[in-house]
Amino acid sequence: MLQGAEQPRAPVSWIGCSSEGLMDNIITNAGAWLLLAILALFGAALAADAGFAVHMGIMAIAALAASFLTMAKGDFNALPGRFAGPSALRSRYYDDVIRWGVIATVFWGVVGFLVGVVIALQLPFPALNLNNEFTTFGRLRPLHTSAVIFAFGGNALLATSFYVVQRTCRARLFAPKLANFVFWGYQLFIVLAATGYILGITEGKEYAEPEWYVDLWLTIVWVCYLAVFVGTIVKRSEPHIYVANWFYLSFIITIAMLHIVNNLSMPVSLLGSKSYAAFAGVQDALTQWWYGHNAVGFFLTAGFLGMMYYFVPKQAERPVYSYRLSIIHFWSLIFLYIWAGPHHLHYTALPDWAQTLGMVFSVMLWMPSWGGMINGLMTLNGAWDKIRTDPIIRMMVFALAFYGMATFEGPMMSIKSVNSLSHYTEWTIGHVHSGALGWNGMITFSAIYYMAPRLWGRERLYSLRMVNWHFWLATLGIVLYASSMWVAGITQGLMWREYGEDGYLVYAFAEVVSAVKPYYVIRMVGGLFYLTGSLVMAWNIYKTIKGDLRQEAPMTDAAFDPEADRPVVRAPAAGTPQPAPAE
Amino acid sequence: MASKFLDHKKIERNVTILGVLAFLAVIVGGIVEIAPLFWIDSTVEKVEGVRPYTPLELAGRNIYIREGCYNCHSQQIRPFRDEVERYGHYSLAAESMYDHPFQWGSKRTGPDLARVGGRYSDEWHVQHLKDPRSVVPESIMPPYAFMAERDLDAGDMAKHLTAMRRVGVPYTDEDIQKAQQDLQQQALADGDAADLARRYPKAQARDFDGDPNRLTEMDALVAYLQMLGTTVDLRSAEAQEQPR
Repeated sequence: MLQGAEQPRAPVSWIGCSSEGLMDNIITNAGAWLLLAILALFGAALAADAGFAVHMGIMAIAALAASFLTMAKGDFNALPGRFAGPSALRSRYYDDVIRWGVIATVFWGVVGFLVGVVIALQLPFPALNLNNEFTTFGRLRPLHTSAVIFAFGGNALLATSFYVVQRTCRARLFAPKLANFVFWGYQLFIVLAATGYILGITEGKEYAEPEWYVDLWLTIVWVCYLAVFVGTIVKRSEPHIYVANWFYLSFIITIAMLHIVNNLSMPVSLLGSKSYAAFAGVQDALTQWWYGHNAVGFFLTAGFLGMMYYFVPKQAERPVYSYRLSIIHFWSLIFLYIWAGPHHLHYTALPDWAQTLGMVFSVMLWMPSWGGMINGLMTLNGAWDKIRTDPIIRMMVFALAFYGMATFEGPMMSIKSVNSLSHYTEWTIGHVHSGALGWNGMITFSAIYYMAPRLWGRERLYSLRMVNWHFWLATLGIVLYASSMWVAGITQGLMWREYGEDGYLVYAFAEVVSAVKPYYVIRMVGGLFYLTGSLVMAWNIYKTIKGDLRQEAPMTDAAFDPEADRPVVRAPAAGTPQPAPAE
Repeated sequence: MASKFLDHKKIERNVTILGVLAFLAVIVGGIVEIAPLFWIDSTVEKVEGVRPYTPLELAGRNIYIREGCYNCHSQQIRPFRDEVERYGHYSLAAESMYDHPFQWGSKRTGPDLARVGGRYSDEWHVQHLKDPRSVVPESIMPPYAFMAERDLDAGDMAKHLTAMRRVGVPYTDEDIQKAQQDLQQQALADGDAADLARRYPKAQARDFDGDPNRLTEMDALVAYLQMLGTTVDLRSAEAQEQPR
């Protein structure tokens, strides 16, 4: 809420509350939440199936909580308590929601990695399915994928996009209350999706498993996200929109399109969880992989490139290598990515022309991907020594290196003859994880390490040495993971197609399952290293928030001037210092 | 990147232009690749025998989806010598034309199931689902013993069939009217299979789970598994195959 002296001078955004309309707003908002809670309770009472009843119950509790909080304070800002900083002032950036986002990212990261280790253990040791319907691999695997992609990755994207867009626009976040709704609404989406998988509520399409009503909720949240993001760009004080925001913007727009089209479905009952997909067979398959591949392309690539374009130059204290390259890289990446989906359907009943088109575009995609990697890596020109001295830079460079490796491996695997061996095997899983753990994980960790001391007004992180530990634990984990899955995948592919001299298949399917069990154990150990690294991070961030500083030999870190980290409140004078990295 | 025709400075100073151009850039691929699949006839070539799922099979399929079987089992046989030998004739587009959603899968932690129907006995399936390692020692599949204990609660199957019809599956009024009855009939040992088989050719009606007194989730799932890949007359499809 508006605070003291700042209040009269500050312009009031439409969604924020002016002092005179304050009570009205509180009553209207609290009433709306209460109405939603009552509707959800009715939904729970009349539900056609138990899962839907549980979900409506969760919905009702969330809406009631929102209603009470609205009535109590009229604002979520008071909630963070100790976390609330100077951002309540209009002369500062609105960072409360970002602080929550950082905490959520760390939390969901640990949860997602933990579930990953659990399901990795279930493969070599199936007794760990616990002979219980709620804990089978089939239900926990979507929990793992959604937790890491949408909960960990999604919160990282929300937090960093709000952080980056304010600083590169030198403008306070548009509609802070709406941003709070986006954040908490997104958490509700995560909880509904996650509990749904455990209860067996799923659409049965990979990475798009949440059912129709959860999809609708996410659509509302996402439109609000777009409004906050674009609204902030509109009120910017900088003439140019910085390149990081192009990537964030295209990510938000494209995910909206993919999400809506792929999740079109017909509910059996408006009071039940089950729905049937609008499309079937071939058409459904291509729609799904158009969605699925671009969840990678836009959620896990474009959005994270937005992070890269802000945090790498800031941490390296160097301008982005090439402005021209960033333009070419941006437009070619977003144009080409969309076409690559059919490479998930090679040699299936999908028409050949679509498969070939998908393959050709996937191979072409190698170029813009490496354009992005080069632009990121070359930003270190003149600062290469920091890889040795600055653990956060080291993490960023490693992320970019893995981005480069994964985006080379991907086009290679999309070639039909390679795909005939690699498809359906663990190689695909290894490929995904070298991208997810190496690129998405590492760039997120480094962004969190960059933001945390700045968001909580600390001199530095609790410990830079622990960042170093995190780096090596994660790296060792990734190496074990990727190499074991390469071997396992190629073993599967070769054994399945092995013919003996007698002209018969050599191996039964079960023999191939036995052959890869040792690699499943190695992969699990790799995951354990990665999880341990994330726990080190969680401790480090917790201590940073608390305000502790570990006594340790100093390491290099990027400089930070809290006084310069503020929006331009009035019209900017000519020659205002540029907060964004120069292009 | 300033030139006479393309001045990027204009784009990056206006969020509307930037957003609209980005949106245009990302819709092209989908329009060119996906849209034609809906109107090019050869996408799904007609073959004899494809039919909508019976209510029991559909209920079994919903259990298959609920349990996330697609995470480890594909239903799409590729046209390679080893796959055809291991799993049967490669999959045809028409065979999944009533699959809302498709369940082709992306991973074979376990074997492909596109033509698993009729390859094993009902007893084998029930035993395997209850305790996979009792029949396949190397298996790493989770056990699903609870399905044999639980009565099938599929909801009102007429509503399910209606929802399927709304998205294009040709269920008749009679199918929808008799949905609940069909569900029971197909899984009863003494069910009247003639009427079911008239509307759903090759539908298998019997007690699937070894417990004729109850209609369980196991009945539905096994009924679904036993029909997978069995409805199409593959010899009639051969005529369409063009050797390269």
